[in-house]
Amino acid sequence: MKFLFAPGFTSSGPVHVALALGAMVAIVSALVGVFTVVRSQSFAGHALTDVATAGGAGAGYLGVNALAGFVVGSLTGGVAMETIGVHRVRSRDVATGIVLGAATGCSALFFYLAANAGSSTGSTQRILFGSLFEVAPDTLPIVGLLSVVTVAALALIGRALLLSSVSPEMATVGGISTRSVGVIFMLTLAVSVGLSSVAIGAILSTALLIGPAASALRMARTIRGAMLLACVLGVVATSLGVLLAYDSYNWSSRHTPLPVSFFVVVVVVVTYALTYVPVLRRRATTGRS
Amino acid sequence: MFSGFMLNAWESGTLVAIVAGIVGFFVVLRGSAFPAHAIPNGAFAGAAGANLIGINPLLGLGLFSLLAALGIGSWGRRGRPDVVTALALVLMLALGAAFLSQSSAYEPEIYALLFGEILGVSSSQLVPLMALGVICAIAIAVLYRPLLVTSLIPDVAAAHGMSTTTIDTAFLIIVAMATTMTVPVVGALLIFTLMMGPPAAARSLSSRPSLALGLSVVIAVGVMWASIASAFQWNWPVGFFVGTYSAIAYAIARLISLRPRTRTRTLYRAHTH
Repeated sequence: MKFLFAPGFTSSGPVHVALALGAMVAIVSALVGVFTVVRSQSFAGHALTDVATAGGAGAGYLGVNALAGFVVGSLTGGVAMETIGVHRVRSRDVATGIVLGAATGCSALFFYLAANAGSSTGSTQRILFGSLFEVAPDTLPIVGLLSVVTVAALALIGRALLLSSVSPEMATVGGISTRSVGVIFMLTLAVSVGLSSVAIGAILSTALLIGPAASALRMARTIRGAMLLACVLGVVATSLGVLLAYDSYNWSSRHTPLPVSFFVVVVVVVTYALTYVPVLRRRATTGRS
Repeated sequence: MFSGFMLNAWESGTLVAIVAGIVGFFVVLRGSAFPAHAIPNGAFAGAAGANLIGINPLLGLGLFSLLAALGIGSWGRRGRPDVVTALALVLMLALGAAFLSQSSAYEPEIYALLFGEILGVSSSQLVPLMALGVICAIAIAVLYRPLLVTSLIPDVAAAHGMSTTTIDTAFLIIVAMATTMTVPVVGALLIFTLMMGPPAAARSLSSRPSLALGLSVVIAVGVMWASIASAFQWNWPVGFFVGTYSAIAYAIARLISLRPRTRTRTLYRAHTH
């Protein structure tokens, strides 16, 4: 047991906060992620993380709560991308890319200004790559509230969203406004990106959004099953990430722990790669003759 | 403004802008914005890793961006390309973060890797920069027709026996090379901006490939020069100006292309028939 759980793991306060926050964020990201993957909006989802980075960096410079910066940033980005026209598939990539690029430029500026003001040592790294162990316990209720609101919004538009993603024509015939459903979804996506930025860092939050959802969609037969499985995979990834990062303090003699986010991403990517094992095995037994 | 270390900034900036304008044109044309955004992030991991074990950062940059390109190229064919690209991107970034956590890199070094340090480019860096730029340009020149044909009229390309997947992978490798040369100058996160804004602006100004390609290079160089001048003037990071001016260039181009609608239509017709 001592090998698995380094001493103090179960009694440490920061670990509890990290586990709770990680689980909440993982569940929201997984649910939103399933729709993101079905709608092929991975790039948009990722672009929002870069806008959230700019928001987080700006918040760091102004000295306000990073979470507020992340959420406001990605909401602004979502609105901007909808305005330029992400609804037209042809120009979608370009609109996304332009917003992403401009946001990155702003991040560069805010990080630079913050560093010059001397207010924040290590904040660049914290905003970009996250540090779940340093999250203040009092952000938990806010994250919880935002999670509940996001999931509720998703539950309300879920059916309409799914129909308009799979078959826009059918949705229009059924009296669904695909445009407004798309806008509402973009807003929930933006909030969930803001939340996961706090947990594993702004530019890594794509991992929690896309990874568990994509793996679950490959394994489950129904959308409902995929959503459930994605939540489980997400929570496993963040918990395992927290555990491994905590343990990694004792791995080297220099006691330099590896970041939580690194382990979360590794678990997520390995899970996705494992979903290919059955396919490869089937090909090995049936094909190649 | 044009003396000493500033001269290196102007030279390297111009080189980077030309390459970004050329490669970026095909990025926009082929709709491979996401892979083009992911590969530089792989380069970031490479640079961080090279920093950790103390080898030439250019080696790390080249190796990791090549790995990212090949990984996205081969795995993207099996699964959903956008999912694979997203996961490759975060894996590379996370590796970079892990490398950084183990090394004693200072904040400015991390910042320079991500957002570039154009004013810190030394004369010795210019030679490999130029070499890689020339290789990229030659590779694009050789592949010019296949690249155009497979992106614009895939059916015809298939009929002529061109392999889209081979061209795809070859193109991603070119992007990887362009990334390797540009990351030290404008950083992993910003090279994408330069590969996206000016070419997209050029594309909405002209639908004639050769003209749009030329315009793309001109706009990219213009954006870069304006950015360096502004950065020098106001002492703000060059990346901020690159991002802002690219977006402005695209907005202006869209406005221009919207007005004389009939003219662009006829131009388009004349060159597609």
